[in-house]
Amino acid sequence: MKKTRIRIDELKSDFATIKGLELSVGRVIEEEWEEPIGPTPFPSITDLREWDLKLLKRYKPFYMPFCDVCCLCTFGKCDLTGDKRGACGLNMPAQQSRIVLLACCIGAATHIGHARHLVDHLIEKFGRRTPINVGGTNVEVEAPVTRLVCGIRPRTLGDLEEVLDYLEEQLTHLLSVTHTGQEGSNIDFESKVFHAGMIDQVGMEIADIAQISAYGFPRADPDAPLVELGFGVVDREKPVIMVIGHNVPPAIEIVDYLNDLGLLGEVEVVGLCCTAHDVTRYNPKAKIVGPISWQLRAIRSGIPDVIVVDEQCIRADALVEAQKIHAPLIAASEKNCLGLENRTDDDPDKIVDDLVNGKVPGVLILDPEKVGEVAVKVALKVAPKRKKFKVIPDVSEVIEGSKRCRQCNECRRACPNDLPIPAAIKAAAGGNLDKLNELYDDCIGCARCEHACPENLPIHSFIVKAAEKKMKEETFKVRAGRGAIQDIEIRKVGGPIVLGEIPGIIAFVGCANYPKGGREIAEMAMEFAKRRYIVVTSGCAAMSAGMYKNEEGKTPYEMFPGDFDAGCLLNVGSCVSNPHIAGAAIKIASIFARRNLRGNYEEIADYVLNRVGAVGVAWGAMSQKAASIASGFWRLGVPVVVGPHGLKYRRMLLGRADREEDWYVYDARTGKKVYVGPTPEHLFYAAETKEEAMVMIAKLCMRPNDTTKGRAIKLTHYIDLHKRLYGTMPEDIHLFVRTLADLPVTMKDEITKILKEKGWKETVIPDPTLLPRLIRKSEA
Amino acid sequence: MMKAEPWQKAEIPGPKKALVITKPEVVVAMIKRAKRPILIAGSKVAEIDIAGEKLIDYVIKLAKAGKIPVVATAHTVGEFLKRGFKPDGFMPIVDIANRLKDPEWEGLDGNGPYDLALFIGMQYYVEWLILSGLKHFAGGLKTLTLDGVYHPHASWSFPTLSIEDWAKNLRVIIEKMEAGM
Ligand code: SF4
Ligand code: SF4
Ligand code: SF4
Repeated sequence: MKKTRIRIDELKSDFATIKGLELSVGRVIEEEWEEPIGPTPFPSITDLREWDLKLLKRYKPFYMPFCDVCCLCTFGKCDLTGDKRGACGLNMPAQQSRIVLLACCIGAATHIGHARHLVDHLIEKFGRRTPINVGGTNVEVEAPVTRLVCGIRPRTLGDLEEVLDYLEEQLTHLLSVTHTGQEGSNIDFESKVFHAGMIDQVGMEIADIAQISAYGFPRADPDAPLVELGFGVVDREKPVIMVIGHNVPPAIEIVDYLNDLGLLGEVEVVGLCCTAHDVTRYNPKAKIVGPISWQLRAIRSGIPDVIVVDEQCIRADALVEAQKIHAPLIAASEKNCLGLENRTDDDPDKIVDDLVNGKVPGVLILDPEKVGEVAVKVALKVAPKRKKFKVIPDVSEVIEGSKRCRQCNECRRACPNDLPIPAAIKAAAGGNLDKLNELYDDCIGCARCEHACPENLPIHSFIVKAAEKKMKEETFKVRAGRGAIQDIEIRKVGGPIVLGEIPGIIAFVGCANYPKGGREIAEMAMEFAKRRYIVVTSGCAAMSAGMYKNEEGKTPYEMFPGDFDAGCLLNVGSCVSNPHIAGAAIKIASIFARRNLRGNYEEIADYVLNRVGAVGVAWGAMSQKAASIASGFWRLGVPVVVGPHGLKYRRMLLGRADREEDWYVYDARTGKKVYVGPTPEHLFYAAETKEEAMVMIAKLCMRPNDTTKGRAIKLTHYIDLHKRLYGTMPEDIHLFVRTLADLPVTMKDEITKILKEKGWKETVIPDPTLLPRLIRKSEA
Repeated sequence: MMKAEPWQKAEIPGPKKALVITKPEVVVAMIKRAKRPILIAGSKVAEIDIAGEKLIDYVIKLAKAGKIPVVATAHTVGEFLKRGFKPDGFMPIVDIANRLKDPEWEGLDGNGPYDLALFIGMQYYVEWLILSGLKHFAGGLKTLTLDGVYHPHASWSFPTLSIEDWAKNLRVIIEKMEAGM
């Protein structure tokens, strides 16, 4: 569609004066851009359906309902057990996929809403014409996901609005699909799930490129500064402002205000979750306490003198907990008002007085600048009064409290990780806090145990007390989020990745709902970095990846360089930085392989699926945002591994390695169908244990396009990890060997024997594609 | 205390709930009656201690006594091999569940679909969800959990038992199977 744009800079008439009016009809298609536009710019909810159906034919949904019923409308509850249908005619697969779609719509809405707020704010502060700049001359493809999906290249902050309009429109359609009596097919729901994920990727990209450009975050910088991370890094002698959430402007205003007063460094600005990432990208003097699930322990430890919450993943009881430690709370987002009075238009000093004197426990301030001023003034005045008042009991209180325990098991039955709390409490009653201390490592800090306890024991606080020493020793480093990947880095690694010689790109992303603590992330990240995979991190997982020290006291980000290259470990940033990871895969197709990006989603996804050995790992995935982030990767052909709690997303997308017919692709050179083995075997898969995940990650990096040398390298890692962690050879090696040249030299005899037993036959390595229209057209 | 209540209290299943196994002999009868049973051993079998032994040792005895094929999930195969027992297969829990759901899957040995799947030794919520998937979508399959906690999404489950009672039940099952009863 062509856009008609009418611009009136100034118009005066007898009735009115109009200034700067801009009207536009339809969409602008940039004509100076020589790259031809692909078939699907600004795709509708069905434009990529054919591609989705191809993926879903191979990776079929496996549903695991939490319960048997649907209760979404007043016809219900409906029992959908087995092949029953509800009053509206819906069956269980459709209901489950509808829930997945709802989750992804929530996730996408959260990022897109975040992006809208951010872009509005930045336009107001810096102007519409502020150029998009994510890496200067090092990054020409500034917005790979947006280019791919929308077919436009945004030049200024103002250009992002059109993209946001599109995303909001799509989201409205998608959400409407979940209404009673809309979509009836689970597969079509799934296709819409993919669409939600795709627009979510665009929304996140918009948010991150806007904030990088306007705030001057690291621009694709492999040497982004190392920032302090962990409980132990907070200087408790100083006034502490703690920021929690995802939308960074209020936190930045705090830093700016402190800077203006010359007090940065005198007052600690510390954060949890993505706001922490983003404020350290702005100023590396800010510090990161840790991932989102540490909120409760951070507050109860009495560290913050004032708490500023913005949006997303914030505990709904943050205000209640803040009151317990006498720390005022400032809510800074429309999304999360917490029942507080809106003081946005009040005199800052009046607000400060009310908070300092305890007249109100908290306030809502919807002006980031005012938040900055109020938070700083409050922190300075409250700190001497509070004296870091905390609600963590002392040892004698833990022991005495534990004596009241009835050993009823209610706490354990409420604990998401089934931690042996009663035994630990029993030991504590006898004066031994070691077992409570051990729980700390696996505790996700949810406090469900406390709510279940008939004796109202503050169990989580007991655990925190028992682990106090350990917590204070938590001093780590994380590289501030670097943002995008440079074009030159893509040129360097594109070949080795597509040929398989760099064994894979592994992205540790997402939340902190870990089955066995965050250390598993650090262990996995280091293992793959040592094996010379490219290891990328973002969000809470990026923090957990840094929480380890080797014998020399070095943390993983100090052990491995921050480039996008083999054997490196790089943090792209917060949740909204995830599209830089997808973007890297996309840029491999465009910069390295010279495929057209613009509005050309299907072809690029086909390229990524068949050639780019990338795997996303969301080991502690918890949120709806994590669901939509994952689905954005699925549509692009990148498999995602989640931890065991990820099963609670209620459906997997699983390939069947044993069904030969599922694993044929076209050879673009000849048009013949060629068996390529289960590469990659799954699109969405939950592992029970870290060991299982690691073996699967290595396996999922294999792609049909791997050269024999590349496949041999990938097989080496797969077999090596399998032998070490499973204690035996894999039983499916024959599915991944195309010719004998694929065999790792050191294992040749052993594998040849297996191949014989399995009746293996040689096959060819195609120029792989799932798209018949690409036959004989491939340039690769 | 024997309670047919989910172990994790918020896990409310819906109308169709597992029949409660009141005595271990019922399990023996179910296995005997099944034409093609299979035993799925989860990631925690080598972690859980019961009555001085690891759960995995019970699993091995039961599999041998009942000649039941075993699939080890996660990375548990190594633990079996360390004990000199070779499971009939090993694969991720989601993979075995996805195959069990498929009426056309011919089984590990190619001899046709299974009619009874026994589960043991997984995280409660993992097994909960897997059993739910099978309850809804694996029409011809019955599921039985040998865990000592109530699993309403199974076809049959013990109520939640003390460790001692659980161990006793498992021992009785193994003895009866060994005795060919
Ligand atoms: S949406 Fe359909 S299945 Fe759900 S409660 Fe309403 S009628 Fe029943
Ligand atoms: S706070 Fe920790 S111990 Fe308590 S229920 Fe949550 S995870 Fe379990
Ligand atoms: S819920 Fe409370 S009383 Fe019951 S076992 Fe746990 S700590 Fe003890």
